[in-house]
Amino acid sequence: MHSFAEAFGQAFALIVNFDADLREIVFLSLQVSLTAVLVAAIIGLPFGALLAVSRFPGRGALVVGITALMGLPPVVVGLVVYLLLSNAGVLGPLQLLYTPTAMIIAQALLITPIIAALARQTIEDLNDEYDQQMTLFGLNAIQRLVTLLWEGRFSLMTALLAGFGRAIAEVGAVIVVGGNINHVTRVMTTTIALETAKGNLALALGLGIILVAIAVTVNAMVFALRGTAERAAYA
Amino acid sequence: MKTNAIRWSAVVLAGSVLTSGSALAQEDEFIIVQSTTSTEASGLYEHLLPMFQEESGLEVRVVAVGTGQAINNAENCDGDVLLVHAREQEEAFVESGYGVSREPLMYNDFVIVGPPADPAGVAGSSDVVDAMTKIAESQAPFASRGDDSGTHSKELQLWEEAGIDVAGTDGGWYRETGSGMGETLNTGVGMGAYVLTDRATWINYGNKGDYEIAVEGDEAMFNPYGIILVSSDHCENVKTEAGQQFIDWMLSDEGQQAIADYKIDGQQLFFPDADESDS
Repeated sequence: MHSFAEAFGQAFALIVNFDADLREIVFLSLQVSLTAVLVAAIIGLPFGALLAVSRFPGRGALVVGITALMGLPPVVVGLVVYLLLSNAGVLGPLQLLYTPTAMIIAQALLITPIIAALARQTIEDLNDEYDQQMTLFGLNAIQRLVTLLWEGRFSLMTALLAGFGRAIAEVGAVIVVGGNINHVTRVMTTTIALETAKGNLALALGLGIILVAIAVTVNAMVFALRGTAERAAYA
Repeated sequence: MKTNAIRWSAVVLAGSVLTSGSALAQEDEFIIVQSTTSTEASGLYEHLLPMFQEESGLEVRVVAVGTGQAINNAENCDGDVLLVHAREQEEAFVESGYGVSREPLMYNDFVIVGPPADPAGVAGSSDVVDAMTKIAESQAPFASRGDDSGTHSKELQLWEEAGIDVAGTDGGWYRETGSGMGETLNTGVGMGAYVLTDRATWINYGNKGDYEIAVEGDEAMFNPYGIILVSSDHCENVKTEAGQQFIDWMLSDEGQQAIADYKIDGQQLFFPDADESDS
């Protein structure tokens, strides 16, 4: 129990000081994970919606496949991206390995299935609900998709937050493709791993508390945004 | 009004975070050093690199992984300089044409740390092979890196000298953690196991509990670090000039002095080892 008290003390001291190094790490964590969410949303939301409304042979298998990929191990994603971006890999000439961009790619790959699978479920339920109305209005396929994504926007935010939670918390992928390079690719989770390796357990736990606090802040902001928008929409 | 303010602050924050990517990608000249977890966890780079960077204007980016993975990454051309501690593997790396040459850089030594109860009765020993034989005979728990790192290959070599086949053990007393030095120490301390560690990591390690050094001072526990420039014949993208500049500095009197100056609690962690005639 001693180290928990110490950890909260460390977390408190870190927040009070909030020095340049910590700022840099927190900022990079947010930048990488939020960008990954953006990329994954651009791919995952339309894909999930399309999957929800279309009917074709093998659709069931695809749905199962995408849902199963929600459990992709981060370190496997990291390894695949490493092999692609390595100078010995096909995308080596892009010189992206050990950069924040590589970390964004890895996290986007990791969370796109999560966002797509959750969006698929949300949109499918909405589609059942609005099917008759949309048919009555004579909407074509694309209009249908846009309508469903718009009507489901508040529920879909939860899908995005699930993706964000996964991205900001994972260490396995970013440590392989980012290399945990000081001042370049060091984020919250890789710093926690490094401090754990140094045996500075209280400091590592303190950083963990800050990471959770950041996740709470981001979620709170999204919910505040959602509350405002919802009132405006249904006023 | 209030909710509007919250809404805008959220938008502004998200926008500033997303757009700052370009600012971060600014390109100063840098090299990538593939290195070991022991040098990183010891804090050596945070001591050395700012000095070199100030003098040369060259940024050094260190990727700290196990020696096996570091060599593998360098073979994939994902680094300009290799700084590890597994002499045979380093020489093989150079012989295979991946590296230009191996230069001795610095050394320290390995120690075996253990619980104060000392179930194998090895505390105070300076004969490592004898101590490891006793650990195996008494079936006292031993936590191994098991990750193909420099420390792991050293450990396997010592077991072989002791005539003990750890590959044949089934996870009873001999436990492979498959992780870095610090993680293995965390595990070992947690389960009351003996651990072979480099002295630098041990001195800088913050979770010692009641653990102490049990075995030290055997010549067989010598731990030399080498530095190698990745060959441009093998990797055309390697930054030969900048990499050589870093190696030259590390081997220079100034670099060697900086290595010797790195101390924690008054204890020197690494001892300079550059060939006198070169500097």
